[in-house]
Amino acid sequence: MAYSDKVLDHYNNPRNVGSLDKSSPDVGTGMVGAPECGDVMKLQIKVNDANGIIEEAKFKTFGCGSAIASSSLATEWLKGKTVDEALSIKNTDIVNELSLPPVKIHCSVLAEDAIKAAISDYRAKQAQRTPAAEQTVS
Amino acid sequence: MKTPIYLDNHATTPVDPRVLDAMLPYFTQNFGNAASRNHEFGWVAEQAVDKARKQIADLIGASAREIIFTSGATESDNLAIKGIAEMYAEKGNHIITAATEHKAVLDTCKKLEKHGFRVTYLPVRGDGLIDLDMLKESITDKTILVTIMYANNEIGVVQPIAEIGKICRERGVIFHTDGVQAVGKVPVDVNRDNIDLMSMSAHKMYGPKGVGALYVRRKAPRVQLTAQMDGGGHERGMRSGTLNVPGIVGMGEACELCRKDMPEESKRLQYLRDKLRNRLETELDEVYLNGSWEHRLPNSLNVSFAYVEGESLLMGINDVAVSSGSACTSATLEPSYVLKALGLGDDIAHSSIRFGIGRFNTEEEIDYVADKLVNVVRKLRELSPLYEMAKEGIDLSKVEWARD
Repeated sequence: MAYSDKVLDHYNNPRNVGSLDKSSPDVGTGMVGAPECGDVMKLQIKVNDANGIIEEAKFKTFGCGSAIASSSLATEWLKGKTVDEALSIKNTDIVNELSLPPVKIHCSVLAEDAIKAAISDYRAKQAQRTPAAEQTVS
Repeated sequence: MKTPIYLDNHATTPVDPRVLDAMLPYFTQNFGNAASRNHEFGWVAEQAVDKARKQIADLIGASAREIIFTSGATESDNLAIKGIAEMYAEKGNHIITAATEHKAVLDTCKKLEKHGFRVTYLPVRGDGLIDLDMLKESITDKTILVTIMYANNEIGVVQPIAEIGKICRERGVIFHTDGVQAVGKVPVDVNRDNIDLMSMSAHKMYGPKGVGALYVRRKAPRVQLTAQMDGGGHERGMRSGTLNVPGIVGMGEACELCRKDMPEESKRLQYLRDKLRNRLETELDEVYLNGSWEHRLPNSLNVSFAYVEGESLLMGINDVAVSSGSACTSATLEPSYVLKALGLGDDIAHSSIRFGIGRFNTEEEIDYVADKLVNVVRKLRELSPLYEMAKEGIDLSKVEWARD
Protein backbone atom coordinates (compact mmCIF):
# COMPACT_ATOMS: atom_id res chain seq x y z
CA MET A 1 0.00 0.00 0.00
CA ALA A 2 1.22 3.48 -0.77
CA TYR A 3 1.27 5.87 2.18
CA SER A 4 0.69 9.59 1.91
CA ASP A 5 3.64 11.88 2.53
CA LYS A 6 2.04 13.10 5.75
CA VAL A 7 1.64 9.57 7.10
CA LEU A 8 5.27 8.85 6.22
CA ASP A 9 6.38 12.07 7.90
CA HIS A 10 4.57 11.24 11.16
CA TYR A 11 5.86 7.67 11.01
CA ASN A 12 9.45 8.77 10.46
CA ASN A 13 9.29 11.73 12.87
CA PRO A 14 6.52 11.00 15.34
CA ARG A 15 5.59 14.05 17.42
CA ASN A 16 5.15 14.00 21.18
CA VAL A 17 6.12 10.42 21.86
CA GLY A 18 6.22 9.53 25.52
CA SER A 19 4.29 9.22 28.71
CA LEU A 20 2.99 11.59 31.37
CA ASP A 21 2.42 10.71 35.01
CA LYS A 22 -0.94 8.98 34.85
CA SER A 23 -1.54 9.38 38.58
CA SER A 24 -1.28 13.16 38.40
CA PRO A 25 -4.69 14.87 38.80
CA ASP A 26 -4.12 17.22 35.85
CA VAL A 27 -3.26 14.37 33.48
CA GLY A 28 -5.94 12.48 31.54
CA THR A 29 -5.06 9.09 30.03
CA GLY A 30 -6.91 7.33 27.25
CA MET A 31 -6.01 3.79 26.22
CA VAL A 32 -8.02 2.30 23.38
CA GLY A 33 -7.82 -0.71 21.08
CA ALA A 34 -6.58 -4.20 21.81
CA PRO A 35 -3.39 -6.07 20.93
CA GLU A 36 -5.25 -8.88 19.15
CA CYS A 37 -6.84 -6.31 16.84
CA GLY A 38 -3.39 -5.03 15.95
CA ASP A 39 -3.91 -1.51 17.37
CA VAL A 40 -3.45 -0.05 20.85
CA MET A 41 -3.24 3.70 21.38
CA LYS A 42 -2.31 5.44 24.59
CA LEU A 43 -2.93 9.16 24.52
CA GLN A 44 -2.34 11.52 27.44
CA ILE A 45 -3.11 15.17 28.02
CA LYS A 46 -1.89 17.54 30.71
CA VAL A 47 -4.32 20.37 31.38
CA ASN A 48 -3.49 23.73 32.91
CA ASP A 49 -5.76 24.01 35.93
CA ALA A 50 -6.03 27.79 35.71
CA ASN A 51 -7.21 28.19 32.10
CA GLY A 52 -8.31 24.67 31.06
CA ILE A 53 -5.87 24.62 28.17
CA ILE A 54 -4.09 21.41 27.16
CA GLU A 55 -0.43 22.18 27.76
CA GLU A 56 1.02 18.86 26.85
CA ALA A 57 -0.06 15.82 24.88
CA LYS A 58 1.85 12.56 24.58
CA PHE A 59 1.19 9.27 22.84
CA LYS A 60 2.41 5.76 22.39
CA THR A 61 0.90 3.51 19.73
CA PHE A 62 1.17 -0.15 18.82
CA GLY A 63 -0.24 -0.38 15.33
CA CYS A 64 0.28 0.22 11.65
CA GLY A 65 1.81 3.38 10.21
CA SER A 66 -1.57 5.03 9.81
CA ALA A 67 -2.40 4.38 13.46
CA ILE A 68 0.92 5.89 14.51
CA ALA A 69 0.37 8.90 12.26
CA SER A 70 -3.23 9.42 13.47
CA SER A 71 -2.20 9.51 17.11
CA SER A 72 0.87 11.62 16.44
CA LEU A 73 -1.29 14.15 14.58
CA ALA A 74 -3.86 14.12 17.38
CA THR A 75 -1.25 15.14 19.94
CA GLU A 76 -0.21 18.04 17.72
CA TRP A 77 -3.78 19.25 17.42
CA LEU A 78 -4.54 18.84 21.11
CA LYS A 79 -1.79 21.11 22.34
CA GLY A 80 -3.04 24.64 22.99
CA LYS A 81 -6.72 23.71 22.75
CA THR A 82 -9.15 23.83 25.64
CA VAL A 83 -10.70 20.55 26.67
CA ASP A 84 -14.00 21.55 25.05
CA GLU A 85 -12.29 22.51 21.81
CA ALA A 86 -10.43 19.20 21.84
CA LEU A 87 -13.71 17.33 21.92
CA SER A 88 -14.59 18.83 18.56
CA ILE A 89 -11.75 16.98 16.80
CA LYS A 90 -13.39 14.41 14.53
CA ASN A 91 -11.94 11.32 12.95
CA THR A 92 -12.86 12.69 9.51
CA ASP A 93 -10.52 15.65 10.14
CA ILE A 94 -7.69 13.15 10.66
CA VAL A 95 -8.69 11.16 7.56
CA ASN A 96 -8.58 14.31 5.45
CA GLU A 97 -5.35 15.66 6.87
CA LEU A 98 -3.49 12.36 6.42
CA SER A 99 -5.31 11.25 3.23
CA LEU A 100 -6.07 7.88 4.80
CA PRO A 101 -7.49 5.24 2.47
CA PRO A 102 -10.81 3.54 3.38
CA VAL A 103 -9.12 0.47 4.96
CA LYS A 104 -7.34 2.78 7.40
CA ILE A 105 -10.31 4.82 8.59
CA HIS A 106 -10.48 2.69 11.74
CA CYS A 107 -7.10 4.19 12.73
CA SER A 108 -8.61 7.67 12.76
CA VAL A 109 -11.65 6.41 14.69
CA LEU A 110 -9.31 4.96 17.26
CA ALA A 111 -7.48 8.29 17.58
CA GLU A 112 -10.77 10.12 18.15
CA ASP A 113 -11.72 7.50 20.75
CA ALA A 114 -8.35 8.00 22.44
CA ILE A 115 -8.88 11.77 22.66
CA LYS A 116 -12.34 11.27 24.16
CA ALA A 117 -11.06 8.65 26.59
CA ALA A 118 -8.23 10.92 27.76
CA ILE A 119 -10.63 13.83 28.28
CA SER A 120 -13.17 11.76 30.14
CA ASP A 121 -10.41 10.39 32.38
CA TYR A 122 -9.27 13.94 33.08
CA ARG A 123 -12.82 15.08 33.82
CA ALA A 124 -13.47 12.11 36.09
CA LYS A 125 -10.37 13.01 38.05
CA GLN A 126 -11.47 16.62 38.29
CA ALA A 127 -14.96 15.61 39.43
CA GLN A 128 -13.47 13.46 42.15
CA ARG A 129 -11.25 16.28 43.17
CA THR A 130 -13.98 18.93 43.47
CA PRO A 131 -16.20 17.21 46.07
CA ALA A 132 -13.09 16.25 47.98
CA ALA A 133 -11.96 19.87 47.99
CA GLU A 134 -15.42 21.00 49.11
CA GLN A 135 -15.37 18.47 51.90
CA THR A 136 -12.16 19.88 53.33
CA VAL A 137 -13.63 23.35 53.20
CA SER A 138 -16.78 22.35 55.05
CA MET B 1 24.47 -3.51 -3.08
CA LYS B 2 21.19 -2.58 -4.76
CA THR B 3 17.92 -1.85 -3.02
CA PRO B 4 15.15 -2.90 -2.67
CA ILE B 5 16.33 -6.23 -1.31
CA TYR B 6 14.16 -9.23 -2.10
CA LEU B 7 13.66 -11.59 0.84
CA ASP B 8 10.24 -12.95 -0.08
CA ASN B 9 11.38 -16.06 -1.92
CA HIS B 10 8.47 -18.12 -0.56
CA ALA B 11 6.12 -15.96 -2.59
CA THR B 12 8.06 -16.24 -5.82
CA THR B 13 11.62 -16.29 -7.09
CA PRO B 14 13.30 -14.53 -9.98
CA VAL B 15 13.92 -16.61 -13.08
CA ASP B 16 17.52 -17.83 -13.11
CA PRO B 17 19.28 -16.38 -16.20
CA ARG B 18 20.33 -19.92 -17.16
CA VAL B 19 16.67 -20.93 -17.11
CA LEU B 20 15.73 -18.00 -19.30
CA ASP B 21 18.47 -18.90 -21.80
CA ALA B 22 17.07 -22.40 -22.07
CA MET B 23 13.56 -21.10 -22.65
CA LEU B 24 14.17 -18.40 -25.24
CA PRO B 25 14.49 -20.58 -28.37
CA TYR B 26 11.07 -22.06 -27.65
CA PHE B 27 9.23 -18.80 -28.18
CA THR B 28 10.23 -17.79 -31.68
CA GLN B 29 12.18 -20.61 -33.35
CA ASN B 30 11.01 -23.87 -31.81
CA PHE B 31 7.47 -22.74 -31.35
CA GLY B 32 5.81 -26.01 -32.35
CA ASN B 33 2.89 -27.66 -30.63
CA ALA B 34 4.18 -30.67 -28.72
CA ALA B 35 1.04 -32.54 -29.78
CA SER B 36 1.77 -32.09 -33.52
CA ARG B 37 2.93 -35.60 -34.35
CA ASN B 38 3.46 -35.21 -38.08
CA HIS B 39 6.12 -32.57 -38.55
CA GLU B 40 9.50 -31.38 -37.37
CA PHE B 41 8.13 -28.43 -35.37
CA GLY B 42 6.02 -30.71 -33.24
CA TRP B 43 8.81 -33.25 -32.79
CA VAL B 44 11.25 -30.61 -31.57
CA ALA B 45 8.73 -29.30 -29.08
CA GLU B 46 7.86 -32.79 -27.89
CA GLN B 47 11.54 -33.62 -27.45
CA ALA B 48 12.03 -30.53 -25.33
CA VAL B 49 9.01 -31.43 -23.20
CA ASP B 50 10.29 -34.99 -22.76
CA LYS B 51 13.65 -33.69 -21.62
CA ALA B 52 11.98 -31.41 -19.09
CA ARG B 53 9.83 -34.27 -17.84
CA LYS B 54 13.00 -36.25 -17.18
CA GLN B 55 14.71 -33.29 -15.47
CA ILE B 56 11.75 -32.84 -13.13
CA ALA B 57 11.40 -36.57 -12.46
CA ASP B 58 15.11 -36.83 -11.62
CA LEU B 59 14.78 -34.15 -8.96
CA ILE B 60 12.10 -36.12 -7.08
CA GLY B 61 13.12 -39.72 -7.78
CA ALA B 62 10.22 -40.36 -10.16
CA SER B 63 10.03 -41.61 -13.72
CA ALA B 64 9.38 -39.14 -16.53
CA ARG B 65 6.01 -40.68 -17.40
CA GLU B 66 4.70 -39.81 -13.93
CA ILE B 67 4.93 -36.04 -14.52
CA ILE B 68 1.73 -34.23 -15.59
CA PHE B 69 2.18 -30.60 -16.61
CA THR B 70 -0.24 -27.97 -15.33
CA SER B 71 -0.48 -24.20 -15.11
CA GLY B 72 0.91 -24.16 -11.58
CA ALA B 73 0.54 -25.64 -8.13
CA THR B 74 -2.97 -24.34 -7.51
CA GLU B 75 -4.15 -26.30 -10.52
CA SER B 76 -2.09 -29.31 -9.45
CA ASP B 77 -3.67 -29.26 -5.98
CA ASN B 78 -7.15 -28.95 -7.46
CA LEU B 79 -6.53 -31.71 -10.00
CA ALA B 80 -5.07 -34.07 -7.42
CA ILE B 81 -7.72 -33.61 -4.75
CA LYS B 82 -10.81 -33.26 -6.92
CA GLY B 83 -9.52 -35.86 -9.38
CA ILE B 84 -8.98 -38.46 -6.65
CA ALA B 85 -12.25 -37.61 -4.92
CA GLU B 86 -14.16 -38.13 -8.16
CA MET B 87 -12.28 -41.28 -9.17
CA TYR B 88 -12.57 -43.01 -5.81
CA ALA B 89 -15.95 -41.67 -4.68
CA GLU B 90 -17.42 -45.15 -4.65
CA LYS B 91 -14.68 -46.37 -2.33
CA GLY B 92 -15.15 -43.68 0.27
CA ASN B 93 -15.90 -40.03 0.92
CA HIS B 94 -13.40 -39.06 3.60
CA ILE B 95 -10.35 -36.81 3.11
CA ILE B 96 -7.76 -35.83 5.70
CA THR B 97 -5.76 -32.61 5.52
CA ALA B 98 -4.20 -30.15 7.98
CA ALA B 99 -5.17 -26.72 9.31
CA THR B 100 -2.00 -25.07 8.01
CA GLU B 101 -2.35 -26.11 4.36
CA HIS B 102 -2.25 -23.61 1.53
CA LYS B 103 -5.61 -22.18 0.46
CA ALA B 104 -5.38 -24.11 -2.80
CA VAL B 105 -5.79 -27.28 -0.72
CA LEU B 106 -8.09 -25.97 2.02
CA ASP B 107 -10.55 -24.29 -0.30
CA THR B 108 -10.59 -27.30 -2.63
CA CYS B 109 -11.44 -29.49 0.36
CA LYS B 110 -14.15 -27.06 1.43
CA LYS B 111 -15.63 -27.23 -2.05
CA LEU B 112 -15.72 -31.02 -1.83
CA GLU B 113 -17.49 -30.82 1.52
CA LYS B 114 -20.34 -29.10 -0.29
CA HIS B 115 -20.52 -32.12 -2.58
CA GLY B 116 -20.92 -34.64 0.20
CA PHE B 117 -17.32 -35.38 1.14
CA ARG B 118 -16.25 -35.37 4.75
CA VAL B 119 -12.96 -33.61 5.53
CA THR B 120 -10.85 -33.88 8.67
CA TYR B 121 -8.65 -30.83 9.26
CA LEU B 122 -5.86 -32.05 11.52
CA PRO B 123 -4.65 -29.45 14.00
CA VAL B 124 -0.90 -28.86 14.31
CA ARG B 125 1.24 -28.75 17.41
CA GLY B 126 2.91 -25.59 18.63
CA ASP B 127 5.89 -26.31 16.39
CA GLY B 128 3.66 -26.53 13.30
CA LEU B 129 3.97 -30.29 12.81
CA ILE B 130 1.01 -32.64 12.67
CA ASP B 131 0.59 -35.39 15.26
CA LEU B 132 1.14 -38.75 13.56
CA ASP B 133 -0.98 -40.63 16.11
CA MET B 134 -3.83 -38.27 15.40
CA LEU B 135 -3.43 -38.94 11.70
CA LYS B 136 -3.56 -42.71 12.30
CA GLU B 137 -6.67 -42.35 14.43
CA SER B 138 -8.37 -40.18 11.83
CA ILE B 139 -8.07 -42.74 9.03
CA THR B 140 -11.26 -44.78 8.60
CA ASP B 141 -12.35 -47.34 6.00
CA LYS B 142 -13.99 -44.43 4.18
CA THR B 143 -10.74 -42.45 3.89
CA ILE B 144 -9.61 -42.18 0.27
CA LEU B 145 -7.04 -39.40 0.46
CA VAL B 146 -4.59 -37.78 2.85
CA THR B 147 -3.24 -34.43 1.66
CA ILE B 148 -0.51 -32.88 3.82
CA MET B 149 1.96 -30.31 2.51
CA TYR B 150 5.67 -31.10 2.44
CA ALA B 151 6.79 -27.71 3.76
CA ASN B 152 4.72 -24.76 4.88
CA ASN B 153 4.79 -21.54 2.87
CA GLU B 154 4.51 -19.22 5.89
CA ILE B 155 6.67 -20.83 8.53
CA GLY B 156 8.85 -23.15 6.43
CA VAL B 157 8.19 -26.13 8.68
CA VAL B 158 8.80 -29.51 7.00
CA GLN B 159 6.24 -32.18 7.90
CA PRO B 160 7.31 -35.79 8.63
CA ILE B 161 6.44 -36.77 5.07
CA ALA B 162 8.14 -40.17 5.04
CA GLU B 163 6.23 -41.21 8.17
CA ILE B 164 2.96 -39.90 6.78
CA GLY B 165 3.61 -41.76 3.52
CA LYS B 166 4.32 -44.96 5.39
CA ILE B 167 1.10 -44.71 7.40
CA CYS B 168 -0.94 -44.05 4.25
CA ARG B 169 0.67 -46.94 2.39
CA GLU B 170 0.01 -49.33 5.29
CA ARG B 171 -3.62 -48.27 5.46
CA GLY B 172 -4.13 -48.28 1.69
CA VAL B 173 -4.91 -44.56 1.49
CA ILE B 174 -3.67 -42.36 -1.34
CA PHE B 175 -1.20 -39.71 -0.21
CA HIS B 176 -0.96 -36.31 -1.91
CA THR B 177 1.50 -33.65 -0.83
CA ASP B 178 1.79 -30.03 -1.87
CA GLY B 179 5.52 -29.95 -2.55
CA VAL B 180 5.71 -26.35 -3.75
CA GLN B 181 8.05 -25.01 -1.06
CA ALA B 182 10.09 -28.18 -0.59
CA VAL B 183 10.91 -29.39 -4.10
CA GLY B 184 14.26 -27.95 -5.13
CA LYS B 185 15.09 -26.87 -1.57
CA VAL B 186 15.36 -30.19 0.27
CA PRO B 187 15.92 -33.71 -1.10
CA VAL B 188 12.53 -35.13 -2.06
CA ASP B 189 12.12 -38.76 -3.12
CA VAL B 190 8.63 -39.95 -3.95
CA ASN B 191 9.58 -43.60 -3.41
CA ARG B 192 11.43 -43.11 -0.13
CA ASP B 193 8.53 -40.98 1.12
CA ASN B 194 5.72 -43.16 -0.33
CA ILE B 195 4.19 -40.15 -2.05
CA ASP B 196 1.41 -40.95 -4.55
CA LEU B 197 0.76 -37.44 -5.83
CA MET B 198 2.78 -34.26 -5.48
CA SER B 199 2.11 -30.69 -6.62
CA MET B 200 5.02 -28.58 -7.84
CA SER B 201 5.49 -25.07 -9.13
CA ALA B 202 8.27 -23.70 -11.34
CA HIS B 203 8.29 -20.12 -10.09
CA LYS B 204 9.20 -21.09 -6.54
CA MET B 205 12.47 -22.60 -7.79
CA TYR B 206 13.81 -19.94 -10.15
CA GLY B 207 11.63 -21.02 -13.07
CA PRO B 208 8.89 -19.06 -14.82
CA LYS B 209 5.38 -18.36 -13.52
CA GLY B 210 2.39 -20.08 -15.09
CA VAL B 211 3.79 -23.60 -15.18
CA GLY B 212 3.70 -26.40 -12.67
CA ALA B 213 3.40 -30.14 -12.50
CA LEU B 214 1.65 -32.94 -10.70
CA TYR B 215 3.49 -36.14 -9.96
CA VAL B 216 1.09 -39.08 -10.32
CA ARG B 217 2.38 -42.51 -9.26
CA ARG B 218 2.14 -45.16 -11.99
CA LYS B 219 3.21 -48.28 -10.12
CA ALA B 220 2.71 -49.79 -6.70
CA PRO B 221 0.05 -48.54 -6.55
CA ARG B 222 -1.12 -47.21 -9.87
CA VAL B 223 -2.97 -43.99 -9.06
CA GLN B 224 -5.78 -42.86 -11.29
CA LEU B 225 -7.62 -39.60 -11.26
CA THR B 226 -10.51 -38.03 -13.11
CA ALA B 227 -9.53 -35.13 -15.34
CA GLN B 228 -11.02 -31.82 -14.28
CA MET B 229 -10.81 -30.20 -17.69
CA ASP B 230 -12.12 -31.72 -20.91
CA GLY B 231 -10.35 -31.44 -24.22
CA GLY B 232 -7.71 -33.08 -26.34
CA GLY B 233 -6.68 -35.67 -23.79
CA HIS B 234 -3.13 -34.44 -23.31
CA GLU B 235 -0.96 -35.67 -20.43
CA ARG B 236 -2.27 -39.23 -20.44
CA GLY B 237 -5.81 -37.90 -20.42
CA MET B 238 -5.39 -36.25 -17.05
CA ARG B 239 -4.90 -32.68 -18.15
CA SER B 240 -6.05 -31.42 -21.53
CA GLY B 241 -4.65 -28.28 -23.06
CA THR B 242 -1.75 -27.42 -25.37
CA LEU B 243 1.49 -27.65 -23.42
CA ASN B 244 3.26 -24.45 -22.42
CA VAL B 245 6.50 -25.55 -24.07
CA PRO B 246 8.77 -22.62 -23.13
CA GLY B 247 7.46 -22.69 -19.55
CA ILE B 248 7.96 -26.45 -19.33
CA VAL B 249 11.50 -26.15 -20.69
CA GLY B 250 12.14 -23.51 -18.03
CA MET B 251 10.73 -25.69 -15.28
CA GLY B 252 12.90 -28.59 -16.40
CA GLU B 253 16.03 -26.49 -16.44
CA ALA B 254 15.15 -24.97 -13.05
CA CYS B 255 14.79 -28.47 -11.58
CA GLU B 256 18.09 -29.61 -12.98
CA LEU B 257 19.88 -26.59 -11.53
CA CYS B 258 18.26 -27.19 -8.14
CA ARG B 259 19.26 -30.85 -8.21
CA LYS B 260 22.89 -30.11 -9.08
CA ASP B 261 23.32 -27.16 -6.73
CA MET B 262 21.22 -28.31 -3.78
CA PRO B 263 23.97 -29.56 -1.43
CA GLU B 264 25.96 -26.33 -1.70
CA GLU B 265 23.05 -24.00 -2.09
CA SER B 266 21.16 -25.25 0.95
CA LYS B 267 24.30 -24.92 3.06
CA ARG B 268 24.77 -21.32 1.94
CA LEU B 269 21.12 -20.39 2.50
CA GLN B 270 21.15 -21.98 5.91
CA TYR B 271 24.27 -20.03 6.86
CA LEU B 272 22.60 -16.76 5.88
CA ARG B 273 19.36 -17.65 7.62
CA ASP B 274 21.11 -18.68 10.82
CA LYS B 275 23.13 -15.48 10.77
CA LEU B 276 19.99 -13.39 10.42
CA ARG B 277 18.30 -15.20 13.29
CA ASN B 278 21.36 -14.96 15.53
CA ARG B 279 21.78 -11.26 14.95
CA LEU B 280 18.11 -10.50 15.63
CA GLU B 281 18.06 -12.59 18.77
CA THR B 282 21.31 -11.22 20.19
CA GLU B 283 20.62 -7.59 19.41
CA LEU B 284 16.95 -7.51 20.42
CA ASP B 285 14.95 -8.94 23.30
CA GLU B 286 11.64 -10.77 22.97
CA VAL B 287 12.10 -12.11 19.45
CA TYR B 288 10.18 -15.36 19.03
CA LEU B 289 10.73 -18.03 16.41
CA ASN B 290 7.54 -19.35 14.82
CA GLY B 291 7.54 -23.05 13.99
CA SER B 292 10.02 -25.87 14.53
CA TRP B 293 13.66 -24.93 14.09
CA GLU B 294 14.80 -28.49 13.51
CA HIS B 295 12.22 -29.43 10.86
CA ARG B 296 12.52 -26.44 8.59
CA LEU B 297 13.50 -25.41 5.08
CA PRO B 298 17.07 -24.09 4.93
CA ASN B 299 15.99 -20.71 3.54
CA SER B 300 13.11 -19.96 5.85
CA LEU B 301 12.76 -17.82 8.97
CA ASN B 302 9.56 -16.61 10.59
CA VAL B 303 9.86 -14.56 13.75
CA SER B 304 7.65 -12.34 15.87
CA PHE B 305 8.93 -9.12 17.36
CA ALA B 306 6.75 -8.81 20.45
CA TYR B 307 4.99 -5.47 21.08
CA VAL B 308 5.59 -4.25 17.52
CA GLU B 309 2.89 -4.45 14.85
CA GLY B 310 3.94 -6.14 11.61
CA GLU B 311 2.78 -3.58 9.11
CA SER B 312 4.48 -0.69 10.88
CA LEU B 313 7.60 -2.83 10.94
CA LEU B 314 7.40 -3.39 7.18
CA MET B 315 6.98 0.35 6.72
CA GLY B 316 10.26 0.91 8.54
CA ILE B 317 12.10 -1.49 6.28
CA ASN B 318 10.47 -0.34 3.08
CA ASP B 319 13.49 -1.18 0.95
CA VAL B 320 13.30 -4.80 2.05
CA ALA B 321 10.65 -7.07 0.56
CA VAL B 322 9.28 -9.48 3.17
CA SER B 323 5.81 -10.59 4.32
CA SER B 324 3.99 -10.08 7.58
CA GLY B 325 1.47 -12.31 9.31
CA SER B 326 -0.40 -9.18 10.29
CA ALA B 327 -3.56 -8.50 8.37
CA CYS B 328 -3.96 -4.86 9.19
CA THR B 329 -4.41 -4.13 5.50
CA SER B 330 -7.31 -6.52 5.11
CA ALA B 331 -10.82 -5.64 6.16
CA THR B 332 -11.06 -8.59 8.54
CA LEU B 333 -8.15 -7.64 10.83
CA GLU B 334 -7.61 -11.39 11.15
CA PRO B 335 -3.94 -12.31 11.29
CA SER B 336 -2.46 -15.38 9.58
CA TYR B 337 -4.49 -18.56 10.08
CA VAL B 338 -1.27 -20.58 9.93
CA LEU B 339 0.24 -18.77 12.91
CA LYS B 340 -3.05 -19.02 14.77
CA ALA B 341 -3.10 -22.78 14.14
CA LEU B 342 0.23 -22.93 16.00
CA GLY B 343 -1.59 -21.51 18.99
CA LEU B 344 -0.06 -18.04 18.73
CA GLY B 345 -2.09 -15.20 20.19
CA ASP B 346 -3.37 -12.65 17.69
CA ASP B 347 -1.05 -10.03 19.13
CA ILE B 348 2.10 -12.06 18.50
CA ALA B 349 0.79 -13.15 15.08
CA HIS B 350 0.36 -9.47 14.19
CA SER B 351 4.05 -9.01 15.06
CA SER B 352 5.43 -11.66 12.72
CA ILE B 353 7.70 -11.34 9.71
CA ARG B 354 8.51 -14.07 7.19
CA PHE B 355 11.96 -14.05 5.62
CA GLY B 356 12.55 -16.21 2.55
CA ILE B 357 16.20 -16.19 1.54
CA GLY B 358 16.99 -17.06 -2.05
CA ARG B 359 19.70 -18.02 -4.51
CA PHE B 360 20.58 -14.42 -5.32
CA ASN B 361 20.78 -12.96 -1.81
CA THR B 362 24.21 -12.01 -0.47
CA GLU B 363 25.65 -11.86 3.03
CA GLU B 364 25.94 -8.09 2.67
CA GLU B 365 22.18 -7.92 2.11
CA ILE B 366 21.46 -10.05 5.15
CA ASP B 367 23.63 -7.78 7.31
CA TYR B 368 21.90 -4.71 5.93
CA VAL B 369 18.48 -6.19 6.71
CA ALA B 370 19.54 -7.18 10.23
CA ASP B 371 20.91 -3.68 10.94
CA LYS B 372 17.80 -2.06 9.67
CA LEU B 373 15.41 -4.34 11.53
CA VAL B 374 17.18 -3.91 14.83
CA ASN B 375 16.92 -0.13 14.48
CA VAL B 376 13.29 -0.13 13.46
CA VAL B 377 12.19 -2.57 16.16
CA ARG B 378 13.95 -0.47 18.81
CA LYS B 379 12.30 2.68 17.50
CA LEU B 380 8.83 1.12 17.34
CA ARG B 381 9.17 -0.29 20.83
CA GLU B 382 9.93 3.22 22.07
CA LEU B 383 6.57 4.03 20.54
CA SER B 384 4.78 0.97 21.84
CA PRO B 385 2.49 1.27 24.87
CA LEU B 386 2.58 -2.54 25.10
CA TYR B 387 6.35 -2.65 25.43
CA GLU B 388 6.16 0.03 28.11
CA MET B 389 3.51 -1.91 30.03
CA ALA B 390 5.43 -5.16 29.72
CA LYS B 391 8.55 -3.46 31.06
CA GLU B 392 6.49 -2.19 34.01
CA GLY B 393 5.69 -5.83 34.74
CA ILE B 394 2.06 -5.69 33.61
CA ASP B 395 0.68 -8.99 32.31
CA LEU B 396 -0.88 -7.92 29.02
CA SER B 397 -3.10 -10.98 28.86
CA LYS B 398 -4.86 -9.81 32.04
CA VAL B 399 -5.55 -6.27 30.86
CA GLU B 400 -9.17 -5.34 30.13
CA TRP B 401 -8.82 -3.78 26.70
CA ALA B 402 -11.30 -1.17 25.59
CA ARG B 403 -12.79 -2.62 22.43
CA ASP B 404 -15.23 -1.01 20.07
